[in-house]
Amino acid sequence: MKPGKTVVIDYKTGNLNSVCKSLQAVGADLIVTMEPEGLRNAARIVLPGVGHFASTERLLSSGMGDALRNRVADGIPFLGICVGLQWLFSGSTEAPDTPGLGIFPEMCERFPAGIKSPHVGWNSLELTGTSRLLDGLPPSSYVYFTHSYRAGRINATTAVTNYGGDFSSVIEKDNWMAVQFHPEKSGAVGLKILQNFMKVSTC
Amino acid sequence: MLTRRIIACLDVNAGRVVKGIQFLDLIDAGDPAALAVRHAAGGADEIVFLDITATHERRALLLDAVRRAAEQIFIPLTVGGGIRSLDDALLVFDSGADKVSVNSAALARPELITEIGLRFGEQAVVVAIDGRRNLGSPDTAQVYASGGRKATGLRVIDWAKQAEARGAGEILLTSMDSDGMRSGFDCELTAAVSAAVQIPVIASGGAGNVGHFADVFTRGCADAALAASIFHFGISDARTLKQELAAFGLPMRLPC
Repeated sequence: MKPGKTVVIDYKTGNLNSVCKSLQAVGADLIVTMEPEGLRNAARIVLPGVGHFASTERLLSSGMGDALRNRVADGIPFLGICVGLQWLFSGSTEAPDTPGLGIFPEMCERFPAGIKSPHVGWNSLELTGTSRLLDGLPPSSYVYFTHSYRAGRINATTAVTNYGGDFSSVIEKDNWMAVQFHPEKSGAVGLKILQNFMKVSTC
Repeated sequence: MLTRRIIACLDVNAGRVVKGIQFLDLIDAGDPAALAVRHAAGGADEIVFLDITATHERRALLLDAVRRAAEQIFIPLTVGGGIRSLDDALLVFDSGADKVSVNSAALARPELITEIGLRFGEQAVVVAIDGRRNLGSPDTAQVYASGGRKATGLRVIDWAKQAEARGAGEILLTSMDSDGMRSGFDCELTAAVSAAVQIPVIASGGAGNVGHFADVFTRGCADAALAASIFHFGISDARTLKQELAAFGLPMRLPC
């Protein structure tokens, strides 16, 4: 593992405790920042997320979005978690007035009527492509979800999960990586995924 | 496929587990953090600490246990009991809990559900409901506050719907009729609440054997079930329980 700081972006939603503790458990040397300048010396960047899509508003208004695009273009690996995955899309019907970063042009939508929402609990990951994050995990490993909105399957999807149809549970495109579930709450499987993220080479 | 959850629940008084399973090889079997680690390793899908500490001054002992547990377990940790305000919830989240469970305080002031949801996300708010129906139909079940001591006159179904409307992420339903009887969950009441809301329902109260869990997941339409004293009666851990439930055809997180 190449040394360097792993920067966790704090945008004042939910709590970062679990994410930070689990990253530290796999050897990350952490910095938490709210400022775009905080990304400057990052070797890796993690965007956690629980809560409402509208709370991502401050990411774009603070300039964090542009800073992040630049750093990831420089080769810095990025991991988005839950709303941190959804934010990579152009937006979510949860907050139609709040644009996402737009790495992927699609929109996130609520689960269809007729099934319970939020989708809470342990569900399985079904590989749809070559995944660095899921490297070494058995097929159909279980991880912990809690969310009401989701992104459909796209080209960059490397794993889907079925709940009211397949949705993207893991997305990997170049150094943009994101998961809809909570690796920090997914036991040994989750820690393995974070460990895999920590092993993605930085350049 | 989304699995049904087995949630290990520990009753905590002044920082000590009061009726947990005793693991002989644990140095301190009354320590909630040590037991949480053991249950997580034993295959539980989540952990709940239910604080029954009567005095506010001894609350720090619970928070310390939450902090130590959160450092060592990487599955969801819910803390309930004595959360009367957003500030109480803040302290619990700051200590490392992922969800809080609110009961009497939400009955007294339902806005609390929304306040915690706005700050920490709706997924972090579990509304615990203690219900009793005696021999009546599930529709007639009444909500009790203050640890089951005070009738509220509210119907369980109505309060569950209101909790959902105010932003609860899950309902933790305890049947006071069944609790401690070891004769099975109240599947009818659980099914009625599960049908009335769109959010997950966790069943609690009455488990005495594996078949009771199978029942509440099928007839009771429960999304999750609390397990506490079951671990005293021949079921050594959540993994064993889940393996037996998987044999009934229920989706379980295995291996775990």
